[in-house]
Amino acid sequence: MSIDPITLSVIQAGLQQVCDEMDLSFSRAAFSPVIAEANDRSDGIYAATDGALIAQGAGGLPVFVGTMQYSTRVLIEMIADGKVAAPNPDDTYIVNDPYLGGTHLMDVRFARPFYRNGEIFCWLSNTGHWPDTGGAVPGGFSASATSVEQEGLRLPPVKLFKQGVLDTEIYSIICSNIRVADQRIGDVKAQAAALSVGEDRLNALLDRYSDDVVKAAIDALRDRASAQMSQLIDEIPDGSYASTAWIDSDGVVNEPLTIKLKIDKTPGHLTFDFSESSPPCMGPMNSVLATTLSSVYLAMRHIFPEVPVSAGAFEPLEVLRPTGTFLDAQYPRPVSGCAAEVSQRIAEAVFAALVEALPNRVTAAPAGTSGNFALGGFDPDTGRDYVMYQLSGGGYGGNADHDGLSNGCSTIGISKAPPVEVMEQNFPVLYKRYALREGSGGAGQHRGGLGLDYEIELRRGTARASFVMDHGLYGPQGALGGADGAKNEVEVWRDGVKYVPDHLSKEQDIPLTAGDSVRVRTPGGGGYGDPDRREPGLTAEDDRLGRT
Amino acid sequence: MPSNKITDTASRSLIGIDVGGTFTDLVQLDPQTGHITLAKTPTTQDNQSIGFLNALATAKVDLSLVDLIVHGTTTTTNALLEGKMCRTGLITTAGFRDVLELGRRTRPQPYGMKGQFSPVIPRDLRMEVPERMDAQGRVVQDLSETDLVAAIETLKNQGCESLVIHFLHSYANPAHEKCALEIASKIWHTPYITAGHMLLSESREFERGVTASVNASVQPLLDRYVSALRTKLADQGFEGDVLVMNGNGGMVSSKFVAREAAKTVMSGPASGVMAAAYTGRRADELNLLTYDMGGTSTDVALIQNGAPQVSNEIEVDYALPIHVPMVDVRTVGAGGGSIASVNAAGLLEIGPESAGAQPGPICYGRGGTLPTISDANMLLGRLDPDKLSSVEGGVTLDALAEIFSEKLGAPLGVDAMGAAEAVIRIANAKMAGAIRMVSLSLGADPRDFALFAFGGAGPLHAAALARELGVPRVLVPARPGLTNALGCVVSDLRHDYVQTVNQPLDHVDLAALHGIFANHIAQGQTALEQESITLTSTSQTFSADMQFAGQSHVVRVPLTSPTPTLEDLQTGFDQTYWNRFKVELSDIRARIVSLNTSIIGHKSPVDLGGLIAPEGRAAHATPTGTRMVRFDGDLHDTPIFWRDHLPEDIALNGPAIIEQLDTTILIPPGDTVTGGPDGNLTIHIGGAA
Repeated sequence: MSIDPITLSVIQAGLQQVCDEMDLSFSRAAFSPVIAEANDRSDGIYAATDGALIAQGAGGLPVFVGTMQYSTRVLIEMIADGKVAAPNPDDTYIVNDPYLGGTHLMDVRFARPFYRNGEIFCWLSNTGHWPDTGGAVPGGFSASATSVEQEGLRLPPVKLFKQGVLDTEIYSIICSNIRVADQRIGDVKAQAAALSVGEDRLNALLDRYSDDVVKAAIDALRDRASAQMSQLIDEIPDGSYASTAWIDSDGVVNEPLTIKLKIDKTPGHLTFDFSESSPPCMGPMNSVLATTLSSVYLAMRHIFPEVPVSAGAFEPLEVLRPTGTFLDAQYPRPVSGCAAEVSQRIAEAVFAALVEALPNRVTAAPAGTSGNFALGGFDPDTGRDYVMYQLSGGGYGGNADHDGLSNGCSTIGISKAPPVEVMEQNFPVLYKRYALREGSGGAGQHRGGLGLDYEIELRRGTARASFVMDHGLYGPQGALGGADGAKNEVEVWRDGVKYVPDHLSKEQDIPLTAGDSVRVRTPGGGGYGDPDRREPGLTAEDDRLGRT
Repeated sequence: MPSNKITDTASRSLIGIDVGGTFTDLVQLDPQTGHITLAKTPTTQDNQSIGFLNALATAKVDLSLVDLIVHGTTTTTNALLEGKMCRTGLITTAGFRDVLELGRRTRPQPYGMKGQFSPVIPRDLRMEVPERMDAQGRVVQDLSETDLVAAIETLKNQGCESLVIHFLHSYANPAHEKCALEIASKIWHTPYITAGHMLLSESREFERGVTASVNASVQPLLDRYVSALRTKLADQGFEGDVLVMNGNGGMVSSKFVAREAAKTVMSGPASGVMAAAYTGRRADELNLLTYDMGGTSTDVALIQNGAPQVSNEIEVDYALPIHVPMVDVRTVGAGGGSIASVNAAGLLEIGPESAGAQPGPICYGRGGTLPTISDANMLLGRLDPDKLSSVEGGVTLDALAEIFSEKLGAPLGVDAMGAAEAVIRIANAKMAGAIRMVSLSLGADPRDFALFAFGGAGPLHAAALARELGVPRVLVPARPGLTNALGCVVSDLRHDYVQTVNQPLDHVDLAALHGIFANHIAQGQTALEQESITLTSTSQTFSADMQFAGQSHVVRVPLTSPTPTLEDLQTGFDQTYWNRFKVELSDIRARIVSLNTSIIGHKSPVDLGGLIAPEGRAAHATPTGTRMVRFDGDLHDTPIFWRDHLPEDIALNGPAIIEQLDTTILIPPGDTVTGGPDGNLTIHIGGAA
């Protein structure tokens, strides 16, 4: 069946609407602030046969842009192989296994078969970041884990809802293995309810346009998205492009990890080769394949934001499986750093490789770390244990048009930082400073944006500080003659004595007592272009405003 | 209920004047006769008072017979969005001068690593002084008065006209801000000083700081503007009062409005929604989705039970939150000038680029060459093609068709008319989707509402949108293009108050909570007493923003009295939460985040019967002509009517077009239209329940 382009547009908008309404429903009803406020979640529609991405909500977290189609594909394969129970209408599977198309354990996926006339028409799936899934440290980001078992509870695909009814036995196993379990039921209900919203809206769309027309439209849209991406990447001259990016350490072995990328451009096609990158590492800075692929896709989407997310758009982007490297980790390698840190470095490698070929589209490197600082302790005033997270942003890279943005969120995120006043309401801390980090932007014709400079004092009780950050050893890369942005810096002040973690940006369980403080300076963005070509007026303004 | 100045309504006339982007609109109402005068003059953007006085002159108003003028101005909105504010300095807690620039760690777009951000106050005008409160409002460090005085002097020497004092946790304890305010008011050289806790007593330092900074930096502009206007009106013999519209849909005397100048931001759209709510209440349409489509954008708002949704969390622009209560108007994209194009995937896209007012759509004849939504309407016969030839430099219908054919038709494989119809279809589908998202995000199903169509282009698309949304009816008011000015005439006086509480419900101090409401009521009554206009009554509404412990979103729980019991709060919350999310979580504790109070002073009701003069109406509907209009691929010979001549009890079947000075109303085949009181028309969507 051939569908005219006007109907295609309408159905494309309709499929997008289904996903956007799922996103909205999930966020509005979710408990976890990570989902409700930070939008660390994503919802989409996936093909019945192979899980290929049909449409995904526009407000989803960028790092999930490519993961759920792999997760869904693995589920379909495991069902076919008899490894997972066959679906019935209204079943909802839960899975968080990183090696089965995931990210880290905290990203919990739900998948529901969507039936029309007794047949599976497609899958609806979503991912939400749970605040905790058990493991050695609250929140799951253990900088010193050496196997996935230390990172938390790992769930293979199992039916959490059987024909619409919550399996309380499975749920109770989950609750017995995670922290603050009493609040999870709110997130579970919100996550499942979002899929139900998707079902209702998708049924309405199919009733209106007919199953056959929508099915044909989905195929045609996939072809067109592929053609659109091919046409856009033809802005890149054919040839080979290479780059290198580094991760400070894996948190366990204090040696840098290297991402080596070679991109080959042929007409309408890009091949990404990471095969020369470092081998799998001891600590949690491994990436699973789905996250590696997704990181390439999200980098390309940052470069070409006009292409809608779908499997078709990814077709011209061929990522060679980086077997034997830390970008294709296998069980039981620990992986908690993949979604928040390694993904950003992969994106940075893509930017660095393509900035010369696409100087007007690509920026110098952004801060590139989620700046995860966790403080866990006991508050004598409330008589309760607490875990506080401070995730921070940094400067963005300079670019052809202007200086980089200051204090932007991570490349792979879209979340808002919590206000200092709200943090102080909830935790026994006092912020001494929350400021622009002067002089942190890499010099350039257009300089990098500034990082953040904050200091937190523990007011009472004792606590332990943990860090999973990066760019402590190498600053975000400058481009086309621009300088690198300032490196990440962590200082722990105990009884007036400064302590810097051995791994600079990573360490676990540093003990603190009341009056001790932690100071973090996050990276500035890389500079773009030769600093000598900077307009004198811009330099003067930087001086006047104390930015340099 | 207090009874200050509640007397009979005044007998002299009442005028509303709204300044829009292109036109300044006037509605004059004579309460004795019900006679309504309308006028439209070009807006004079640099000094809006010129257009204001021109409107009065055009309407031949005798100011000595006018009791009250209510003014909707974009002085503050424009200054803010164009970055033309007064030089303003900020004094804040040591360590936190960059809060205004750091924002909430965001980027302008989810994808694309470019984009910039300019803080409301530049870094060199942001000073720090030693002082600190903690989250419980306890003093951690005393305010250094010496440093404060030095900072004030520095900002004075830097040429600042306004001053902001913004300390951490001032919502919990404003003592340091109050102290600094007292010192500053003795030595600052202008009256323009804003302290953070004055406009909103709510936690979140970025939002509160931006709100205070916006207030301070537009305050002198608004003050000068309204003072000059009052003088000019007095010179012309006007003895009444001038009131200014606020973004919450209420109005405040021009004598006081500059004190809280930030509240006038976005007052134009709010005014339109107030008119919609008023019109709806008179027509027994209590649940409305307002749909205001103009040249560059489309605004949507929700009215439930006759009252517009109000939010204290509006972001006026990227990273520009103004957290004072405002009518929740959302911009959903396309306007008449939105440009249609075919993308690299061979699919039709509408916007986001817009032809704006200059050059505007091709059919404006001002040099536009790219196809827009308005041009598509013209090509399909939905707008009067005679208007093409009436503009200087205008293009012909054939030339328009050629552009559509070349730019859109060829790549899509259709002819010019097919392309034009596709533009409307896609634009409507996208707009309907965006309206659904707005409605759902407010917890409402659009199918439970009627659409209220206004703005120059709203009534042209409303019926098709309603069909797309599953909305059964469209209400088209008598003067869709003058809705904002009408809002000035029909709105009431209104003061809103918010106080952060942040306590679990089972730990709440009920007496303290009742005290907060009592304090809000007292403040509101005092504010109303300062106003010179006569009120027929006052009313109050109370609500609590609540959440489950551990959540970050809140739901607004309406309360029937300022002295709720714990049980009232618990059941109200459970009910509201269930209605919104269909989730019941009885095991988790509820929290009260903040309390909200609105004190409303009602003016006498206004009769809208004169919006379309009864003497102009004919006994029967007679078309002024017909033209061929395309619907769903077919041309229909469609009768054209002139609205002011239609009998009030008109009933017509589509297809039909009803024209009037300020808009064109499209009734597609299968739909019907009926007339009602106040000059309203209702389009009934065929096949809808």
